Amino acid sequence: MMVCQPTSPWFATQQVDVMADPVPLKRLVTRLLILVVAMFAFGFALVPIYDVMCKAFGINGKTAGQYEGSQVVDPSRQVRVQFLATNAIDMVWEFRSKADELVVHPGAVNEMLFVAYNPSNKPMTAQAIPSISPAEAAVYFHKTECFCFTQQVLQPGERIEMPVRFIVDRDMPKDVKHLTLAYTLFDITARQPPVAAHSGG
Amino acid sequence: MSAVIDDHGHASDHAHGPAKGLMRWVLTTNHKDIGTMYLWFAFTMFLLGGSFAMVIRAELFQPGLQIVEPAFFNQMTTMHGLIMVFGAVMPAFVGLANWMIPLMIGAPDMALPRMNNFSFWLLPAAFLLLVSTLFTPGGGPNFGWTFYAPLSTTYAPESVTFFIFAIHLMGISSIMGAINVVATILNLRAPGMTLMKMPLFVWTWLITAFLLIAVMPVLAGCVTMMLMDIHFGTSFFSAAGGGDPVLFQHVFWFFGHPEVYIMILPAFGAVSSIIPTFSRKPLFGYTSMVYATASIAFLSFIVWAHHMFVVGIPLVGELFFMYATLLIAVPTGVKVFNWVSTMWQGSLTFETPMLFAVAFVILFTIGGFSGLMLAIAPADFQYHDTYFVVAHFHYVLVPGAIFGIFASAYYWLPKWTGHMYDETLGKLHFWLSFVGMNMAFFPMHFVGLAGMPRRVPDYNLQFADFNMVSSIGAFMFGATQIFFLFIVIKCIRGGPPAPAKPWDGAEGLEWSVPSPAPYHTFTTPPEVK
Ligand code: HEM
Ligand SMILES: [Cu+2]
Repeated sequence: MMVCQPTSPWFATQQVDVMADPVPLKRLVTRLLILVVAMFAFGFALVPIYDVMCKAFGINGKTAGQYEGSQVVDPSRQVRVQFLATNAIDMVWEFRSKADELVVHPGAVNEMLFVAYNPSNKPMTAQAIPSISPAEAAVYFHKTECFCFTQQVLQPGERIEMPVRFIVDRDMPKDVKHLTLAYTLFDITARQPPVAAHSGG
Repeated sequence: MSAVIDDHGHASDHAHGPAKGLMRWVLTTNHKDIGTMYLWFAFTMFLLGGSFAMVIRAELFQPGLQIVEPAFFNQMTTMHGLIMVFGAVMPAFVGLANWMIPLMIGAPDMALPRMNNFSFWLLPAAFLLLVSTLFTPGGGPNFGWTFYAPLSTTYAPESVTFFIFAIHLMGISSIMGAINVVATILNLRAPGMTLMKMPLFVWTWLITAFLLIAVMPVLAGCVTMMLMDIHFGTSFFSAAGGGDPVLFQHVFWFFGHPEVYIMILPAFGAVSSIIPTFSRKPLFGYTSMVYATASIAFLSFIVWAHHMFVVGIPLVGELFFMYATLLIAVPTGVKVFNWVSTMWQGSLTFETPMLFAVAFVILFTIGGFSGLMLAIAPADFQYHDTYFVVAHFHYVLVPGAIFGIFASAYYWLPKWTGHMYDETLGKLHFWLSFVGMNMAFFPMHFVGLAGMPRRVPDYNLQFADFNMVSSIGAFMFGATQIFFLFIVIKCIRGGPPAPAKPWDGAEGLEWSVPSPAPYHTFTTPPEVK
């Protein structure tokens, strides 16, 4: 019944019951270590998985990139689109939309202007991150042009107007009558030091 | 060379005693020594984490800010949670596993004795690192034990890097401990000890070990991403760079929910040994216990977003995670039913281990019920981040995990020390803990439902009375644990000699060796029929 394995500094060398288990200790430990490595990799794999899920289901109000298509206007339906402009903490720019809201027809192309002003005495780079509420409407909100697709560099005291053009999809569920498009503006000067004098607006 | 291996070459089977002096503890590969060190370490951390809780409750004794700065208060809540979870509860169960699993399955030691030594000694290093951050200029971690980004990345104190390394060390330690447990259980069982004959403590630990192997690496990945965001300019959790703070919560809770079961399953196992002993009846529904534990472990992987009902997940997501969470109540209910049925018509006696075990069943069930309330997504919109959540998890962790550990300690102390503990003092410890714990945590349900937020150093006047009761209960519970230290030391130093089997209703191989258990046991495997 009993076998004695050769003495090894790492593994117990006591009698191992052959009947109880066919997998030798070293192989078992190797398998478990592979599992550990696989789960560590899985933790990182959650990042792309999460992105794919967000895009596919519009989780979290994440909007897609630039929309190329066009749609027929549905004049019978109206949707209120509200705009929010928020500064992330430590961001010193003035940042606002020219109007608080627009009433739009699904299918139509609309435009809203946002104003940004750099009151500081150094050039700065900013990145705006959009988000839609309610989140399930995010996949029905198409941006044909957006200042959030690029970064903004503003010289000291410079002010710009930045457009966003968008289409609310005709297929958006009928119970959604009201959307909020919120931008948060982040200071990314440290990460992307301003080089060019101007960039896309 | 470990004593265990040295022993192997001898023809005579006289047992080697432990080495002498401090080096015995530094170099030991003996599962009993290592188990003892784990248990003492866990108890030390329990007292340290507990003293932080006393600071919290002292500040909350009355509304207003009186004792500590809010910034320090936040460090206290964070450190309390981290130390209790990673320093007290988890190492205590690893200590019990080290001591008891080889004795229960008839193995001479753990399968990987040197790794066992290393995984223990990582822990003091990790916690020294973690606790030392409290003395750094920016202060220690202050972002809660859940360390949500960007609070723990963009807005963290400098010491966050040390926190991250401490978590890495703890993670490595737990993973090695878990591998050791799996290897021991799968490879070193005595002849005839089939899987379905293993005591439930061994079963629940086997499943816990798999949970640890599955989720501790994810936690390591999570803090690694934080480290990269903080120091290497990545944006996993920073919206400005295209990342997402909500992703942090998904990664964290993918680890975090299984983690709460890591902290309770071994207690389920221990209680499943103790209740039959003092009911003098075999455990009701052994097989269903094994399957229930396995189903709980499986379900724990698909419910994590019940911690995130309010961060904005799609309706189908809310529904999925709500129903999946409610489903866990089914296998949990099976377990509670089995424990009650084991006691039903048994010849019950209420020695200290049994008192803790019965309180475990009752109070853990209360915690389970408040969990069910929280699992109802629309209701959770109100309860989330209030003291109701604090009440819930303290009911599952204190009378769950901690009482499970106390019950185990009293149950096996005679085996460890060779002496009976003082039964009167043990009962007193139980009753003071029971009253103190309920006084501390029951009122939290009410203030939580009335809207008191968690993790605040000050609160509205209307919550004053309940908070004062909570604080008094907490002081009582805290002081009682010093008394437990006294009971244990008294038991180590003397007391009536314990027979090999001090409990007449007890079953299992651990009672077939003398008390105290000799330094080497089962060098020839026992035959299990
Ligand atoms: C029937 C079983 C259980 C259910 C249905 C359940 C449900 C929940 C839910 C829904 C939450 C989130 C509440 C919120 O943040 O709004 C929660 C929090 C928590 N639960 Fe449970 N739970 C159960 C058992 C357990 C067990 C066994 C433990 C640990 C031993 C545990 C520990 C915790 C902890 C630590 C938290 C708070 C985490 C934090 O935010 O800091 N739960 N539980
Ligand atoms: Cu959970």
